Amino acid sequence: MQAIADKQGIKRYLINLTVNGDEYSPVVKGNTLLVNLLRDELDLTGTKKGCELGDCGSCTVLMDDKPVDSCLVLALEADGCEIVTIEGVAQNGELDRLQRSFIDNAAIQCGYCTPGMILSAKALLARNPHPTEPEVREAIAGNLCRCTGYVNIVKAVLEAAEVKE
Amino acid sequence: MSRSTRTGPKPAVQVCLHPGLQEPAEKDYAVIGKSKPKIDGREKVTGQARYTADLKFPNMLYGKILTSPHAHARILSIDTSEAEKIPGVKAVITHKDVPALKYGISPARWDENIFCIDTVKFVGDKVAAVACLDEETCYKALKAIKVEYEALPAVLDPLHAMDEDAPRIHPEYPRNINTEIHQNFGDVEEAFRKAAYVRTDLFIGNRAYQAPMEPHTATSIWQDGKLTVYSSTQSPHYFQYYIAREFGLPMGDVRVIKTYVGGGFGGKLEPTGLEFAGAVLARLTGRPVKMFYDRAEMFAHNRGRHRQYMKLTTGVDADGRILGVHADFIMDGGAYTSLGIATAYYAGAMLTLTYDFINYRFDMHRVYTNLPACGAQRGHGAPQPRYAFEAHLDNIAKELGIDPLELRLRNARRPNTITPNEFVVNSCEMAACLEQARKASGWADKKGKLPAGRGIGVAAGSFVSGAGYPIYRTDLPHSAAMIKVAEDGTAATLYTGAVDIGQGSDTILCQMAAEAMGYTYEQMKIVAADTETTPHDLGAYASRQTLMSGAAVKQAGEEVRKQLLEMAGEMLNLPSERLNVRSGKIFAKDDPAVALSFEAAARTFFVKKGPLVGRGAYTPPRLGGKFKGAPVGTSPAYSFAAQVSEVEIDEETGEVAVLDVWDVHDCGQVINPALLHAQVHGALYMGMGESIWEEVRFDAKGKILNPTLGEYRIPTALDMPRMHSILVPSYEPAAPWGVKEVGEGATIPTMGCYRNAIFDAMGVSVNSLPLTAEKVWAALREKRKAGGEDVWDPMACECFLK
Repeated sequence: MQAIADKQGIKRYLINLTVNGDEYSPVVKGNTLLVNLLRDELDLTGTKKGCELGDCGSCTVLMDDKPVDSCLVLALEADGCEIVTIEGVAQNGELDRLQRSFIDNAAIQCGYCTPGMILSAKALLARNPHPTEPEVREAIAGNLCRCTGYVNIVKAVLEAAEVKE
Repeated sequence: MSRSTRTGPKPAVQVCLHPGLQEPAEKDYAVIGKSKPKIDGREKVTGQARYTADLKFPNMLYGKILTSPHAHARILSIDTSEAEKIPGVKAVITHKDVPALKYGISPARWDENIFCIDTVKFVGDKVAAVACLDEETCYKALKAIKVEYEALPAVLDPLHAMDEDAPRIHPEYPRNINTEIHQNFGDVEEAFRKAAYVRTDLFIGNRAYQAPMEPHTATSIWQDGKLTVYSSTQSPHYFQYYIAREFGLPMGDVRVIKTYVGGGFGGKLEPTGLEFAGAVLARLTGRPVKMFYDRAEMFAHNRGRHRQYMKLTTGVDADGRILGVHADFIMDGGAYTSLGIATAYYAGAMLTLTYDFINYRFDMHRVYTNLPACGAQRGHGAPQPRYAFEAHLDNIAKELGIDPLELRLRNARRPNTITPNEFVVNSCEMAACLEQARKASGWADKKGKLPAGRGIGVAAGSFVSGAGYPIYRTDLPHSAAMIKVAEDGTAATLYTGAVDIGQGSDTILCQMAAEAMGYTYEQMKIVAADTETTPHDLGAYASRQTLMSGAAVKQAGEEVRKQLLEMAGEMLNLPSERLNVRSGKIFAKDDPAVALSFEAAARTFFVKKGPLVGRGAYTPPRLGGKFKGAPVGTSPAYSFAAQVSEVEIDEETGEVAVLDVWDVHDCGQVINPALLHAQVHGALYMGMGESIWEEVRFDAKGKILNPTLGEYRIPTALDMPRMHSILVPSYEPAAPWGVKEVGEGATIPTMGCYRNAIFDAMGVSVNSLPLTAEKVWAALREKRKAGGEDVWDPMACECFLK
């Protein structure tokens, strides 16, 4: 990978990645986290930071269809990958069935965990279109929510799974 | 993808109606009582909702605070010269650069400085701050600041904080006593003399944290002598008041704007170092400065729940009726007062609400320690004393051979009563809640009949619907609201200082506005919680907004309705008294054929008279007695709740699995059932976390051992029981449309409820929170040693008595 060094000798790398279908070629440092690239450079602030340790899942994005904590992924690791953030879930202004279901089931309170929850749930429904309640709970176990007790979030995901694509 | 039909949220659970209760005469509501979708739902599911950390301003700097590595130390010197040389560092500040004026959210005890001057008082105390071009440079700069300390002996055990030879943390507070309370109502000694049974129990709480998902952030901009602060706050008003005071500015020169807030739960009620240090950095650099706490810093600065040491003595008659109660508590306040004076008073004041007794004595010492300061967390001072009291009641029930639910029913508070500490209770369905909980949980078929390792427990609780008095003395109304109808009448905007931190106040206040105006929810817009554009409101704490902000909104809506109907009367040549408006349609009460749209009348109003505006303000009536501390716990209305939980204990490991929880609530008229049940779920969840897992622990030098969400152990989706949220009908005469609180009340009974279920399952009482597997296992081992006799957590009792 091509690197350019700055005055202090810190190397920067040009990476290529796709975010929500758009191609970007940002220049990043070796220690730049994917979450900071998305938030600070690309202004995709729907991806939240709650702990920067991989505990809370607020920064969950899809990386080649798999949910990852973007605070635990280096931007360099995303080179050549397809990333989907919460901003890429609705298509042409039309909400995804999960997004609609979260609203309809009162599954949102403060909303801080919501982007990560929806992306974890989206990955679940992609690999398992008809999950059981325990499967839903397991799929979102890495996404902490401090408001809802998960009750309506689990309901929203189960209900979205019943909606035909 | 096909579109699913948008139907609005369904209530999470069925609402059970309890017969025989007074209902308001007019309850045919068009907008309230309906599960309308959250007004900010779309923004939140699409990632468009902007929280403070998401805001960027041109030329913005990033700021961080340098904190103390010592629990107690004297600052000998601070050298910032190396830090200042680092490229990208724009400002480094210490106590020399900021006002020396002490601040604090409790006006009676201002004891905090923006930066420590002589001594640091806990690991994490604020020493200096930097503003830099980026976050990474901030950490480099913090490392380069050299602080010389002389370590001092620290007070880490609250039970020894009052010892005569204990190090003094604040020179002006002898024996480290921050707040001392002695209240005496009736004659407790006489009650104990008359009692058939008197019992004393000891309990210990835990230091829990709000741990909102969004860490606290504040961005300050100081331009032309005016300061603007964007903050994840629960109260722009208190932030504005205290920031203005600290910098000697008129309140009009300080603007505080709430962005979307990622949860508060009490931790974001008072201004922090971020706002104060950020303001100074913004003034010195002339640039916007964004300050933020990381997750570990949140545990040091977020003012978590006080750990309380609770001794309870209660005398009952032979039927289990409570004759008198003596509560004697010590509370670990940490290094500063924060909201702790109120917490200390609440701890005792709220014990009198749930059950009816007249003799009550409350003694409290809130002590300073060299640990992070504690403040308000969901339920404020009440949940731990409630845990203790509910456990204590079960011990009494067991001794007397009375069913614990029956014992509670015998003592349940009734409507239209006054507590010994002079709180006036209007609506109160405590007994109905207990009866409904008994029925819904199948109590009669389960109590004493469950298989080995399973148990069922009950607990009750109550909470204020807004505090009767503001935090600092002021004659400002507690809430105010303004509604402006658009020129053509097709939309209306509610301007309110009320603060939506996720609980949904923006949504329910728009429902209330539409109901009062005769309009539709779907046409409402809201501008909230900005001290410059919205009218004053004290904010989101003490479960106050549905009642208090709601009262102001109702008045504003009714003013719009009145003006609108007068205009419609002119247009239709009818006296306005003959007209009504509902869901945007004006009609004659006696002739449905006569009709006019809200829009048409509103538009004509604008053409003829200018803006159609309604205003409202709410101040609670004078409440409470005349004794010292009487205002704390006063409220126009109180909520009541009963909870039953069923648990299963693994005898090998002591692990507690909660299977089902039933929460039955008396929370008055419901504005939005879906959001209301969601509040119960969240409150139960938080109560459950604190009951079984959550606790911040310290090493021998006062440093937090587990400042991460994983090690602090907030529950995941896999940890949750089945939740059943049930309501009993109730109507509060002192509130708009009869509303009461729900958001905090459901946290209060939970800890005691689980303890009682474990007690029922295993015959072991864990007398300290959290009720961890380790403690249950240790108690089970003691029980085996004792030959199967019931065991009362010896560890907790020894700790208290030493």
